[in-house]
Amino acid sequence: MELVRAHILVCGGTGCTSSGSKAVQEALHRELKKQGLDKEVKIVETGCHGFCEQGPLVIVYPEGTFYCQVQVEDIPELVEEHLLKGRILQRLLFTEPLTQERVPHYKEIDFYRKQRRLVLRNCGYIDPEKIDEYIARDGYVALAKVLGEMTPEDVIEEIKASGLRGRGGAGFPTGLKWGFAAQAPGEKKYVVCNADEGDPGAFMDRSILEGDPHCVLEGMLIGAYAIGSDEGYIYARAEYPLAIKRLKIALAQARELGLMGDNILGTDFCFDLHIKEGAGAFVCGEETALMASIEGQRGMPRSRPPFPANSGLWGKPTNINNVETWANVANIIRNGAKWYGQFGTEKSKGTKVFALTGKVKNTGLVEVPMGIPMREIIYEIGDGILGDKKFKAVQIGGPSGGCLSEGQLDLAVDYESLGSAGAIMGSGGLVVMDEETCMVDVAKFFLDFTRAESCGKCTPCREGIQRMREMLQDFSEGKGSLEDLDKLERLAQTIKDTALCGLGQTAPNPVLTTLRYFRDEYEAHIRDKRCPAGVCRALLTYYIVPELCRGCTACARVCPTGAITGKVKEPHVIDPEKCIKCGACMEACRFDSIILK
Amino acid sequence: MKMVNLTIDGCQVEVPLGSTVLEAAQKIGIEIPTLCYEKDLSLATACRMCVVEVEGNKKNLPAACAQPVMEGMIVHTNTPKVREARRMILELMVANHPLDCLTCEANGRCKLQQYCYEYGVKESSFTGERRRFTVDDGNPFIERDLEKCILCGLCVRVCDEVQGVAAIDYSDRGFDTKVTTFMDRGLADSPCVSCGQCVYLCPVGALTAKPSKGKGRDFEVEKVPTTCGYCGVGCQLALNVKKDKIVGVTNLPDNHNQGYLCVKGRFGYDFVDSPERLTTPLIKRDGEFVEASWDEALDLVAQKMAKVRDEHGPDAIAGLSSARTTNEENYLFQKFFRAVIGTNNIDHCARL
Repeated sequence: MELVRAHILVCGGTGCTSSGSKAVQEALHRELKKQGLDKEVKIVETGCHGFCEQGPLVIVYPEGTFYCQVQVEDIPELVEEHLLKGRILQRLLFTEPLTQERVPHYKEIDFYRKQRRLVLRNCGYIDPEKIDEYIARDGYVALAKVLGEMTPEDVIEEIKASGLRGRGGAGFPTGLKWGFAAQAPGEKKYVVCNADEGDPGAFMDRSILEGDPHCVLEGMLIGAYAIGSDEGYIYARAEYPLAIKRLKIALAQARELGLMGDNILGTDFCFDLHIKEGAGAFVCGEETALMASIEGQRGMPRSRPPFPANSGLWGKPTNINNVETWANVANIIRNGAKWYGQFGTEKSKGTKVFALTGKVKNTGLVEVPMGIPMREIIYEIGDGILGDKKFKAVQIGGPSGGCLSEGQLDLAVDYESLGSAGAIMGSGGLVVMDEETCMVDVAKFFLDFTRAESCGKCTPCREGIQRMREMLQDFSEGKGSLEDLDKLERLAQTIKDTALCGLGQTAPNPVLTTLRYFRDEYEAHIRDKRCPAGVCRALLTYYIVPELCRGCTACARVCPTGAITGKVKEPHVIDPEKCIKCGACMEACRFDSIILK
Repeated sequence: MKMVNLTIDGCQVEVPLGSTVLEAAQKIGIEIPTLCYEKDLSLATACRMCVVEVEGNKKNLPAACAQPVMEGMIVHTNTPKVREARRMILELMVANHPLDCLTCEANGRCKLQQYCYEYGVKESSFTGERRRFTVDDGNPFIERDLEKCILCGLCVRVCDEVQGVAAIDYSDRGFDTKVTTFMDRGLADSPCVSCGQCVYLCPVGALTAKPSKGKGRDFEVEKVPTTCGYCGVGCQLALNVKKDKIVGVTNLPDNHNQGYLCVKGRFGYDFVDSPERLTTPLIKRDGEFVEASWDEALDLVAQKMAKVRDEHGPDAIAGLSSARTTNEENYLFQKFFRAVIGTNNIDHCARL
């Protein structure tokens, strides 16, 4: 193995790649060569570090110096300062917004300090395309332990004892699920990894697959051994080409080393995996639809029971877990259930990865211990609301989840607490909203999504979401009556009670939770014909502030309906009767004198 | 067989393990509404009309057609919550369904109409977008009006699972979902064999038998059980008769053909009243067919067959029998050829 004096880790996650990390990496190669350092310093492309907001990210070891927003132009200076002169390049360090201090090491940044990176322990640290680096970080040790020292029953007991619950959203105890599949009669059994992550804005599973694919493979190998399966599938979104590429590389490398295939590690255990690419349907993340899709059928859910543990893929006992669940397994086996039990709460053990997005200062991928108060995620890790505006709501769990208001900020983030508040843990989407967000508009957004992604099989989901969406449209235009709010609630409840699959049963959650916590905002739309957040266009009027208007006539010239009148060099006026709210005047005004109110 | 005891609407019932709540309810005569259920087909659990309340299940209202029975289970099929849910589902269906019952072929046998009547759904309180389609009437026997379709999927399943043709399936998603043919080309340009199984199972007026259109509603016709005359399978069917005219065909389940028919049995009845139908034997004289009596005709045939046999031997004659005759007639036919004519030259169209 080659010895080098320094490693430069360049983030190759999708976020950093789109902000230019590939060019940064090439520039680094060129500069190192130019300076004659290419034999002494090694560049490693890693998976996602999570702090996508600050990308492209570059970390230099052995010091562990964290440079952010690194551009190609910065490279010569970075190489000269850090690698030739041994000085930290201050201007590329992260600046703590509160104290304005520059922080050299990433573990000291508030964004990382509150996190517990167990699942993401290798993401951003190793080269995901090299199995050696995974093995160097104790990779496949858990598999060896399982095959060498544990019976399948031991493995299931250990997972049960750890308290691990499904990270796809519903939180079913993983050990129990494995036990069902293990006990189900049948020679042929399958294990499946659900990598059809589809919630808008969520990228937890993608980051794991891109940053540490082997930990998923190892988890699946252990699960397969536990339930007695010799064949598995990873069902991944086709929209994740990088994840699929790295999975394929990981699979080939594991096969080459005898960690996948026949007689793994010289034992009788045989197992291999197929990668199945989805075709873009959100509903295929629902396990029965996912299996139908693998079988080549249209991705439509079917009724459960029978559960996949008894009758799954091609009618055989099948165990399905999502990426993050599988990614937890090797850690638990390697360190023991007791070690795992120290993280989280009594009923929700371990950590959860969230994609923190929206109107929060630090966006990115975060992994926190279960039970952490929502406030800490938003205000300490996320560093509060962007532009220091007022917090309004946090949407958790994607289109199946719910919106929580300020009153729920101190809610513990665990399965039970979130459920009692009408939301769900979900797969890890966390969207923060500020005072300028309209909750009717938010509910509309999520229904647009579920309306388009409903498979169309069952009546409540197919027809009901459409009608909910139409009612919300009316409200956003000031139409409807207060009785309609009750009707909307009844409809939402019926859909929740009667829909066939998880997609339909949870699709009303954004409506039900916004009605529960922000009913006054709905009422303002209907009763006062007013959108308090100033979002719903139909309820706003364009207005020219006379004190700011210079009478340049620019607005009057672009107005397509002749709604603006006024003399040159005198304040103009908009006739709300004629105005069609196209917004052309606002764009044309150079003095910011046109406002929406 | 292991038996399971459960209580439905206060009535005890014992059914085999693996049964569904719907089956258990049917056993004791408790009616649960269904639109997408058919006992011989796979489960769709799509319409959600059969939802019931199960004590202890706080999560949702499970569908009776798919819910397996469990020992000690207590089921309520007619609570206010259940009725409210079913009403809402009917309202959702009706919001996307033309209310043209006055002229609809399905009037009187439409299950959606029946349930709306039972649940007091006069019209939908939901207004908004409606799905719009043009009627597919390219097939000579089956007309598809997708605006009336409630997407129960019975047609898709019967075409695939019973007929083995799979001419139709779902396309598009969500609100835009529809049942369609390959590349949306219409039934006439699909592998459809016009068996009409789908028409029979359609619970609404989305699929209609074109030859029956406008000729009589379900409640106007007398259903006369009979045996299909087309082939030796002898399918049982009922002829829909109105004013001494056959206007359609209805399935008769619980027979060896389980009610299913082919295109001939279901749609091939118009010959019965055809003015071109032969009513007497015809003999060709001087190049023209002339009406004759049975004695004249049979004498002529016997005479000509005897002549051929005498002059050229029995093997100069061959007999080809029809699948439209009965087994007994076919037996007599071959017996006649072997024993009377004296040849083995006998065959049957069904073997070709």
